[in-house]
Amino acid sequence: MNPANYLYLSALLFTIGAAGVLIRRNAIVVFMCVELMLNACNLAFVTFSRLHGNLDGQVIAFFTMVVAAAEVVVGLAIIVSIFRSRHSASVDDANLMKL
Amino acid sequence: METLIGLLVAAPLLGAGVLLTGGKRLDRVGHWIGTLLALLSFVFGVVLFADMLGKDADARTLTSHLFTWVPVGGFQADVGFQLDQLSMTFVLLITGVGTLIHIYSIGYMAHDERRRRFFGYLNLFLAAMLLLVVADNYFLLYAGWEGVGLASYLLIGFWQHKPSAATAAKKAFIVNRVGDIGLSVAIMLMFTTFGSFAFNQVLPQAQQASTTQHATITGIGFMLLLAACGKSAQVPLQSWLGDAMEGPTPVSALIHAATMVTAGVYLITRSGAIFNAAPDAQTAVVTVGAVTLLFGAIVGCAKDDIKKALAGSTMSQIGYMIMAAGLGPIGYVFAIMHLVTHGFFKAGLFLGAGSVMHGMNDEVDMRRYGGLRKYMPITFVTFGLGYLAIIGFPGLSGFFSKDKIIEAAFAKGGTEGWILGGAGLLGAAITAFYMTRVMLMTFFGEKRWVPDAEGHEPHPHESPSSMTIPMIILAFGSVFAGAFFSLNSRFVHWLEPVTGHSEGDSPVSAGTVTAATMAVLVVGVGIAWLMYGRRPVPSLAPRGSLLTRAARRDLLQDDFNHVVLVRGGEHLTRSLVYLDHSLVDGVVNGTAASVGGLSGRLRRLQNGYVRSYAVSMLGGTAVLVAATLLMRAV
Amino acid sequence: MSFPLLTVTAAVPAVGAVVTAAVPAAQRTAAKYTALLFSLATLVLAAVVLVRFDPGGNRYQLTESHAWIKDFGLRYELGVDGIAAVMVALTALLIPFVMLAGWHDADPLEDVNPNRRWRPTQGFFALILLVEAMVVLSFEATDVFLFYIFFEAMLIPVYFLIGGFGDRAHAAGEEEAARQRSYAAVKFLLYNLAGGLIMLAAVIGLYTVTAHQLGTGTFSLQEILSARASGKLHIETSTERWLFLGFFFAFAVKAPLWPLHTWLPNAMGESTAPVAVLITAVVDKVGTFAMLRFCLQLFPEASKWATPVILVLAVISIIYGALLAVGQRDIKRLIAYASVSHFGFIILGIFAMTSQGQSGATLYMVNHGISTAALLLVAGFLITRRGSRLIADFGGVQKVAPVLAGTFLIGGLATLSLPGLAPFVSEFLVLVGTFSRYPVLGIIATLGIVLAALYVLVLYQRTMTGPVKAGIEGMSDLKARELLVVTPLIALLLFLGVYPKPVTDIVNPSVNHTLSDVHKTDPKPALEAKK
Repeated sequence: MNPANYLYLSALLFTIGAAGVLIRRNAIVVFMCVELMLNACNLAFVTFSRLHGNLDGQVIAFFTMVVAAAEVVVGLAIIVSIFRSRHSASVDDANLMKL
Repeated sequence: METLIGLLVAAPLLGAGVLLTGGKRLDRVGHWIGTLLALLSFVFGVVLFADMLGKDADARTLTSHLFTWVPVGGFQADVGFQLDQLSMTFVLLITGVGTLIHIYSIGYMAHDERRRRFFGYLNLFLAAMLLLVVADNYFLLYAGWEGVGLASYLLIGFWQHKPSAATAAKKAFIVNRVGDIGLSVAIMLMFTTFGSFAFNQVLPQAQQASTTQHATITGIGFMLLLAACGKSAQVPLQSWLGDAMEGPTPVSALIHAATMVTAGVYLITRSGAIFNAAPDAQTAVVTVGAVTLLFGAIVGCAKDDIKKALAGSTMSQIGYMIMAAGLGPIGYVFAIMHLVTHGFFKAGLFLGAGSVMHGMNDEVDMRRYGGLRKYMPITFVTFGLGYLAIIGFPGLSGFFSKDKIIEAAFAKGGTEGWILGGAGLLGAAITAFYMTRVMLMTFFGEKRWVPDAEGHEPHPHESPSSMTIPMIILAFGSVFAGAFFSLNSRFVHWLEPVTGHSEGDSPVSAGTVTAATMAVLVVGVGIAWLMYGRRPVPSLAPRGSLLTRAARRDLLQDDFNHVVLVRGGEHLTRSLVYLDHSLVDGVVNGTAASVGGLSGRLRRLQNGYVRSYAVSMLGGTAVLVAATLLMRAV
Repeated sequence: MSFPLLTVTAAVPAVGAVVTAAVPAAQRTAAKYTALLFSLATLVLAAVVLVRFDPGGNRYQLTESHAWIKDFGLRYELGVDGIAAVMVALTALLIPFVMLAGWHDADPLEDVNPNRRWRPTQGFFALILLVEAMVVLSFEATDVFLFYIFFEAMLIPVYFLIGGFGDRAHAAGEEEAARQRSYAAVKFLLYNLAGGLIMLAAVIGLYTVTAHQLGTGTFSLQEILSARASGKLHIETSTERWLFLGFFFAFAVKAPLWPLHTWLPNAMGESTAPVAVLITAVVDKVGTFAMLRFCLQLFPEASKWATPVILVLAVISIIYGALLAVGQRDIKRLIAYASVSHFGFIILGIFAMTSQGQSGATLYMVNHGISTAALLLVAGFLITRRGSRLIADFGGVQKVAPVLAGTFLIGGLATLSLPGLAPFVSEFLVLVGTFSRYPVLGIIATLGIVLAALYVLVLYQRTMTGPVKAGIEGMSDLKARELLVVTPLIALLLFLGVYPKPVTDIVNPSVNHTLSDVHKTDPKPALEAKK
């Protein structure tokens, strides 16, 4: 199978994720879209690793997973605490950080 | 012997240190400590003098090097002393008159609660003045020079609670500082020309240097003259001396008559080698001297304040000395001789004035005196002898010294000689006039005194003996010093090895000059008697002629200063303060404000919506990627 | 490895800052004594540095050198020459006096609830120690980047000292006072940050040049100097000029040189007197010191190129500062402008490029530190007593508090450079050094001595003499603690005025090194030159 197809899939997933982040208001969904983007990147890394015949890409993919896991931990905690205080998970409601 | 020079300076310095830091517990003995240390210094001076007399005329200079003060590269300033005949003369005058005035002050300041401090300042003055005259280089001389300025500041402003005293003190210091610029620049010029500012380096080379560096040597001369003008109250820096009379009278006697104000004469005489090599500077010196001797005399005629009249006289007499010093080797010796005799009779006159004020509830207006000879016989006699000495009555001190100066002025030769000699004669006439006026208004005529502001009727009385004894001693000096010095040209032989001396070629004989001096003396006294002796003196000053009114205001020099310097300066500083705030600061604040405005607009982009930030991130990434690709393509 | 004396000298106040800050809220007095103890320990160490320094030895002594960030060529390099050793000693000397003088300046006001965990006193003294550590390190650093770090870092504690502990004697009410304070603090920070940023660009530029020519970039002063001496490093004329300007700008802001001086009167006016001393006598000295150490050594040719302009600016500073001082109505602002004038003298001396000028300038830094401290701290005592800093609110103090007036006068006389007091020697040296190369500028600068007499004596006359004004009657004279501050300073002024040789002996060799860096020798006396 042509490895380029994997790259097309990766680009597609990334676009879906990016569009989701920009369009959806629900913080949980935004969060899932971010995950989608990260995994799209992972797919691309692994594909490139295969293409170039060295393991660097796979190593980076592991890194990304660790970062993603850490991010989920912190991010969910933030979302839960915002939900507790505002009874809403909409990202547009959390707009106090402006000058 | 060499260490004794250091001790000479150290004794009064120690006194100043002890008295000024000792605190209240020394209040009861402070004046004795001060007086004893001044006396000690005088004793050291006498011992050194005796030692000096025992040596050959050419080998009398003592030197002593203490330590290196400022060693930086080629700039080597030492603390070292040099005591030669010229310095010795000053040492004896300073410590001698100084001690007498310490004794006088014990009585004069008896009722002042800050007497200890007064003696501390007097001791400080003695130390600084002695340092000035025994220094072996100009840099150390400068230290003494400023030191006497400080002491003078402190003493003029001694009664600081009086705003007029505080203002006068400040004025004296600042005008002196203007003169100090001269001394600073002179030292710098010496350093860049000779690589040194020690007397024994600079002076011997001055003549030779003037062939190649004529302009520089002349410049040094002018700068030294500026310095002398400041310290010796010569035109155009004379304005502080009249105001300085705000200080206690012993201060006026010691500092503003006998010693400190003569420092300028010392400086010029000491630097004789430089002036000899710079004729233009010498011309400037004699001009300043001649102008001041007339200026001071005219001012002295119009003042009703006894101390200010004497201050005008001081200015005028120092004008004589400066003129003599400017004449070169024919005049140096006589400048110093007049300086010493003047030290006696002017100090005596001031102490007499102080004694009169002491008995008259501190009244200074001569129009409120009159007929005091009956109440204060000792003061009258001593003051009278001082008066006869200063006008040049035959046989008394002033006669010998002033006559010699006028002779020397004529001996200068040419038109210059005639002008200077004429000025000297005219000055002598005016001196006779104003001093007779002071004498008549104070001691003769009807009594004109009135109760003071608090209603106390003055009860004129003779002063205590601590005050009269110094006056009597000074009166002796006023009578006999001149004759003593002139006998066998004693003083000339004494100073000649240091200053050099030459008899000028006078177009008029000595006898003629003496006769002329006598004639103008009679005229001056006569006019004064006609105006103040024959008719009663009004106790309020009449309006007077235009000249009189101008002279009362120091010939408008103060008004000129006030309008041009003080007002002008105030406007300048005020506008600078404004400019600093609005322009210099304004430019910076303006920049800050415009940056602030810009950022105010930029911050609208921060709307707080996560998604809009995400869009900008995405957009930014896209732009970056596009840019990278484009660069590749190119 | 030998004992890292220089590091320890800087570390002691830094540790002291931490310890002082950690003292519990209620133990205010303990915090003060802790801080004082640490500052005294620093003084002892600085004295050891001074004693261990051998004027006849190497140029930089007691050196320490460790790699820090290898990839960027950053090194932790310390070392002192004579000038730096003296400056470290000055800093360490002044801090205990600053603390003693400000003993009660940071006490919480009485109406503050004692149970609140509010620790201004601890903060005040810790910040002072922190400033000391930073200043000492910037005197000691011989790595350009290391110097830069401390040069900038010291702004932060000073910022808090100005903004957080301002002058309580304010005529315009508490709210206005707070506004002015924060304005002054921000102004101070912005001016110095702007200077610092430009310097940062120049520092990086210097690194790039060295990286380009030597293969590996370096910030080390000694490496750069030796590379340049051996001809391996050659900086293009135009590059050198730009780099010089970058450095000089930062130092001129800090020093401060006209027309970059306007932050100083605000900062000194709004802060308490001890903090004002800290700013003008200690922090600002880093600026003039850095001109000597970095501008002249790194960029000798550019320094000579810029000399005429800098000298003119310095002379303008002298006259302008003095004239503005005459026109001030506020005691502390007057002293601030007087300092502008004095910094003009220091910069004049540095760039006159003669041994008298530069030795004089170094000596001037020391003497100005001591004399300004004396004058300003006494002025602070005065202001605290009256609760106002306007000259018009005083009058006749001499009558009620003679000792206070006397010490104030001595401080003032030192400021106007009276012979016998230390500043005279340095001022005269600067003037002679300038005159021997630039006679006209020397004479104009000499006019400054008259103006100095004017502003000092006018200040003294208005505050101390005349009839006793309302509000002055009950004024107390100096207390034991205050005398403890003033007496040693005055003693030092007298001692260094009569015998400055100990300092000049340490400074002279270093100045000669600097002069040979810029390839200048003293002009010969005219007579010798003729022969």
